[in-house]
Amino acid sequence: MIHSLFIINPSGDVFMEKHWKSVISRSVCDYFFDHQRKASSPEDIPPVIATPHHYLISVYRSSMFFVAVCTTEVAPLFVVEFLHRVVDTFEDYFSECTESIIKEHYVVVYELLDEMLDNGFPLATESNILKELIKPPNILRTIANTVTGKSNVSSTLPSGQLSNIPWRRTGVKYTNNEAYFDMIEEVDAIIDKSGSTVCAEIQGYIDCCIKLSGMPDLSLSFVNPRLFDDVSFHPCVRFKRWESERVLSFIPPDGNFRLMSYHIGSQSIVAIPVYVRHSLCLRESGSGGRLDITLGPKQTLGRTIENVVLEIPMPKSVLNCGLVTNQGKYTFDPVSKLLVWEVGRIDVTKLPNIRGTVTNCHFSALYF
Amino acid sequence: MYAPGVNSSTTLSSSSSYNNDRPPSAEAVEVATDPASGGFFNSDYKKHDDLKQMLDSNKDNLKLEAMKRIIGMVAKGREASDLFPAVVKNVVSKNIEVKKLVYVYLVRYAEEQQDLALLSISTFQRALKDPNQLIRASALRVLSSIRVTMIVPIVMLAIKDAAADMSPYVRKTAAHAIPKLYSLDQDQKEELIQVLEKLLYDKTTLVVGSAVMAFEEVCPERIDLIHKNFRKLCSLLVDVDEWGQVVIINMLTRYARSQFTDPNLQDVDEDEESKRPFYEDENEVDEEQQEKRAPTLDPDHRLLLRSAKPLLQSRNAAVVLSVAQLYHHTAPRSEVHQVAKAMIRLLRSHREVQDIVLTSIAATATRRKVMFEPFLKSFFVRSSDATHIKLLKLEILTSLATESSVGIILRELQTYVAAHDPPFVAAAIQAIGRCASNIKEVTDTCLNGLVSLLSNKDQAVVAESVVVIKKLLQTQPSAHREIIIQMAKLVDSVTVPQARASILWLLGEYSERVPKIAPDVLRKMAKTFTSEEDIVKLQVMTLAVKLCLTNPKQTKLLCQYVLQLAKYDQNYDLRDRARFLRHIIFPADAESGGPTRLSKQAKKIFLAPKPAPVPESHFKDREQFQLGSLSHYINTKANGYQELPPFPLEAPDPKARDVETEPQVMEQAPLFTAKKVSSKKDSKFYSDTESPEDESEEDENSSDEDDDDDEEEEDSSSDKDEEEDDNEDEESSGLEEKLPKKVVKSNAKPKSDEEEEEDESDEDDSSSESVSDSDSEDESSEPSSVPKKQTRNAKPAKESTPVVKPKSNLDLLLDLDDVSPAFTPIMTPSLGGFLTPMSTPSSQVKTQLFPDIQPASAVISPNTTSELLNKINSSGLEIKYRFTRSPHLYSPSMASAELTFHNHGPDELTDIRVGEKPTSGGVSIHDFAPIPSLSPGSSLMGTIGVDFADSTQPVNFEIKIGSDRTYPVALKVPVGEVIRAVTMSEELFLKQQGGLRGMNENTAKLSLTKPCSDLKSLTNKILTVANLGVIPNSDSSTLRFVLNTCVNLPVEY
Repeated sequence: MIHSLFIINPSGDVFMEKHWKSVISRSVCDYFFDHQRKASSPEDIPPVIATPHHYLISVYRSSMFFVAVCTTEVAPLFVVEFLHRVVDTFEDYFSECTESIIKEHYVVVYELLDEMLDNGFPLATESNILKELIKPPNILRTIANTVTGKSNVSSTLPSGQLSNIPWRRTGVKYTNNEAYFDMIEEVDAIIDKSGSTVCAEIQGYIDCCIKLSGMPDLSLSFVNPRLFDDVSFHPCVRFKRWESERVLSFIPPDGNFRLMSYHIGSQSIVAIPVYVRHSLCLRESGSGGRLDITLGPKQTLGRTIENVVLEIPMPKSVLNCGLVTNQGKYTFDPVSKLLVWEVGRIDVTKLPNIRGTVTNCHFSALYF
Repeated sequence: MYAPGVNSSTTLSSSSSYNNDRPPSAEAVEVATDPASGGFFNSDYKKHDDLKQMLDSNKDNLKLEAMKRIIGMVAKGREASDLFPAVVKNVVSKNIEVKKLVYVYLVRYAEEQQDLALLSISTFQRALKDPNQLIRASALRVLSSIRVTMIVPIVMLAIKDAAADMSPYVRKTAAHAIPKLYSLDQDQKEELIQVLEKLLYDKTTLVVGSAVMAFEEVCPERIDLIHKNFRKLCSLLVDVDEWGQVVIINMLTRYARSQFTDPNLQDVDEDEESKRPFYEDENEVDEEQQEKRAPTLDPDHRLLLRSAKPLLQSRNAAVVLSVAQLYHHTAPRSEVHQVAKAMIRLLRSHREVQDIVLTSIAATATRRKVMFEPFLKSFFVRSSDATHIKLLKLEILTSLATESSVGIILRELQTYVAAHDPPFVAAAIQAIGRCASNIKEVTDTCLNGLVSLLSNKDQAVVAESVVVIKKLLQTQPSAHREIIIQMAKLVDSVTVPQARASILWLLGEYSERVPKIAPDVLRKMAKTFTSEEDIVKLQVMTLAVKLCLTNPKQTKLLCQYVLQLAKYDQNYDLRDRARFLRHIIFPADAESGGPTRLSKQAKKIFLAPKPAPVPESHFKDREQFQLGSLSHYINTKANGYQELPPFPLEAPDPKARDVETEPQVMEQAPLFTAKKVSSKKDSKFYSDTESPEDESEEDENSSDEDDDDDEEEEDSSSDKDEEEDDNEDEESSGLEEKLPKKVVKSNAKPKSDEEEEEDESDEDDSSSESVSDSDSEDESSEPSSVPKKQTRNAKPAKESTPVVKPKSNLDLLLDLDDVSPAFTPIMTPSLGGFLTPMSTPSSQVKTQLFPDIQPASAVISPNTTSELLNKINSSGLEIKYRFTRSPHLYSPSMASAELTFHNHGPDELTDIRVGEKPTSGGVSIHDFAPIPSLSPGSSLMGTIGVDFADSTQPVNFEIKIGSDRTYPVALKVPVGEVIRAVTMSEELFLKQQGGLRGMNENTAKLSLTKPCSDLKSLTNKILTVANLGVIPNSDSSTLRFVLNTCVNLPVEY
């Protein structure tokens, strides 16, 4: 399945490689670099690249490319999903996944990769199991290990591996038993020029941080479960019970995980909490443009809206912005051409507004 | 550090001395791992020297440090093979981390250093016999990963051993090792298949995924190996790990295609379907037809589809897509649409996932338009999408366009044209063209829109529009003179060669519509001919020839001129074309004198009516590949791709999938011995995993433990509910064998079954009285009551055995022990923990802390139903209830009752729900899900959870129908239903019984129809009355049951 993995940094260096079968020369990445050169942005590189003898399947996460090399037929999504799981595991272990972090913890990374795949086929991907096999590094443990001579690697098989709930390790003990649930909802909306909603969808997640001793069996019920018509669950959720009674019943993994995610599609009506009134003209009177944006609350069910941040990706021709806000601060990054306006709370009596001029470079200047 | 040869001698001395004197310190590590430490030649060699020293030392931490540095080199792809001898020695290291890193190194370099690698083999062989399963498994893993052909027989032997290992983890590793060995030596195939066959029979979820993976890699053509395992795979599917699920589903798709007949065989051709949806009504007819022809699926085929369906809810996109492709390739057409929603959900995932899913959708949408139509808006492009995602979405949008939806799609496309992403804009214009030619109603609108784009400022937009218009005009050869004229004008301004070529072609093709303009354009083009692109030059020639044929007077000279120019062009295609055209048009040049046969036909050749291009999705031809496969994505056959066979016309014999029961019984045989262990083990997990095959496996597990080392005992806390169920069944049957006729129940009054039921209800009544008695005596909170005719306090030692009172009517005595939580400290220390955690709603916590007593699911669930609401009282709604003896979800202290709603009335009943509920006395009710409507004659099921607070008083509440009608109802509970069966060992039972004091003894009469000589039927009778757990028994004259009230009282009998 997965033959080798190359991790490539933004400047095009292969800084880590791992082979699960016979060694494949890193020159195979040249095909990838070819595509990288052609693509205008890293996102545009196709996830699957077919070369004469190999297939390169890559994901782009935290400005690094994880390129898996396959030689035979394999479901591409299988590999993509696995690579994302690898990155998720790294993030779980090192709290973030950057090039320097990976370089710093190369031994743990290597051990993890070795444990996650055997002969290219996933072996253990549950973070609870992995954490029992290979302890995540932290300063305290490093010191303790040097003193006691113990290692970060477990010599026994994690109990979860054999049980029917491989996601939970046994013998968990906490003095304070706590469980936290975060509900995150993202509304994706397309709003046309005139301000009317073309389509809006909700993507929601329930993320948990569970610190409970023993084998807790939790159930979570919803006031109106009928809203969830399209859901996906962590494997710990008993699907039958959801089907019959719309109650989430599960034995949670220890630590952080995503319990469920749901999708409320474009067929149902989605209320968008804010509206944006804009007037934007990029070319007016020579090289300048004008920008005037007002934010306002909409369908908030009486709640205040907080932590509002507005991001506007500007066209490449914009050089700089000279804006005045009546609330919050704004920044403009001339490299990524991203205008970020941190609004904060929306006060109904005084609607936040940003206005000013946009400096453009002349298009003609580009041609001559 | 610098290479000494290059640099000055001072650097040399300093660097070498530095190297030699340096102790293996943290600093050294830094230098070694720093990629910027440029020295590759001498210094590197030196560095390896001190690594060797470190490896040779006898301190583990030095070795570890050295290994870490070596792994760092391996990870960076630097050569470290010269350290092989030094590293391989450490394979015997006791330090597990050093060992692990040595393994990693060994696997990487063994292939290059075959001879030295052999030194390590004996270590692995020893480790293969290690009592620790992790060590066994990792030894096998490494051994099989060493790609040295010399050790093939050793690995083969190891795999065979491991495949029969007791630990499923080791068996899983064996499955992984099979493809490794196969890739090393293909001659071993036959032998490996034998091992694989064994592993495929394995019933552990851990193993089957890997076994199927090995099957796919080694012998995907041996589909016959799957027959016997098919049903097992289907039922285990939900419990297999996600990666295994993908592999299994993909394999089963192929299996289904070869073993089942086409479910859509009688249906209209699929292609027709995709054309149909233009006409709404026909489509409906189509669906109706489908329903009429309700596809008769093979039950196994149905099983496969049904067991895969829940996986659409998986968090793993690969699993979801594999289920989608299973449905796409094998499901009846009417069911395929079920997967659409889940696929749409994946579109919110990572970019790479989106890309692959969209590719699959694009391919599916060309055939199954209807499936994705409701989700049209999900394919609207967002400005934040990557370009390739945008293009895929456009592709799908155009495929999905129908006359009803084309309006909004065109509106969207119009916006896209104004985007900043050139390839995307071009694709959007092409999409407009495709919509226009596919849907006749909008062709004119689209054409007008495209024409207006011709005046766009952006060159690329104009060029693309020209190309698209050209195609459109071809499909509509009716007079579009205006447009052609407008396009002709553009020749002066448009620079994009593709667009220029299109304009020229159009002018040539329809020159008779613009007789004045065409020759003029040709004149201009002849002027600039030499500076044009090749593609334009070719079209100039074509235009010249066509004009020459239709209007020779004006253009013959021009034509000759152009051909002359082309004759000396650098491009040989052009020269060839020029020569070819000249010989047809100007045959005189060929010195044959007079027109040849060809030149007479020239007009027919060049001005033949040309078929309009049909803009088709380029995803159409991907149908040949399995959806979601790599080959499908890249649209060429990838290495090792397994073709999806066409459905057979005749289904092969389905009996091949029948599994003989014989071997299963054999496997379950050791179950009885395993029981003691299993009853000791803690915690049940998922009661809803319904894979009966698990049991025997689990039992194997537990029997393993007896002879296995102790750590494994801890490890396999994996026993589950079913197992216990099974154990109980086994137990009862086991008991039956053990004590055949010792316990003979004499019966004074033989009664019929009906009478017996009446009897029970009598008992119920009386029990409620007795409850109040006991209430007064004991604390009122836990009057757990059991059917009884006699209530008296008794000593626990007085075990109620039928033998004691053979002649009495009271065949059975129930010792009911009421132990309130307040008493717990008085109990034996081991029991102290038993009741304290009871207040937590989780039964698992309880079992965790007191592992010897576990709730068991009911052995028997009675079928007797009672009426909750009479149809006469309630205008036709009849509600019956039955206790299911399973704990209710909402709270374990609730008994769950299954309600059956049946509408006998003539009218539809709407909005049936629970009205007012009791709030006092600790009684609580968890409502059934409100029923929105119940049509006449139909019936529905619902589940209600009731916490009776350990009383047998009927619970009164209201059922509401609609907005105005309310009916008070009373839910009566037989005492046997408020208690719950638990299992415990006999030893514990006795111990606990001894520890109890001040207990109630409740006696119930159980009348039997005939003198009961059969212990099993007696057990069953008892279990029908009350929800009890059977205790494994060593004393043959006593039957012991154990139960637990819903509020947790251990009760014995």
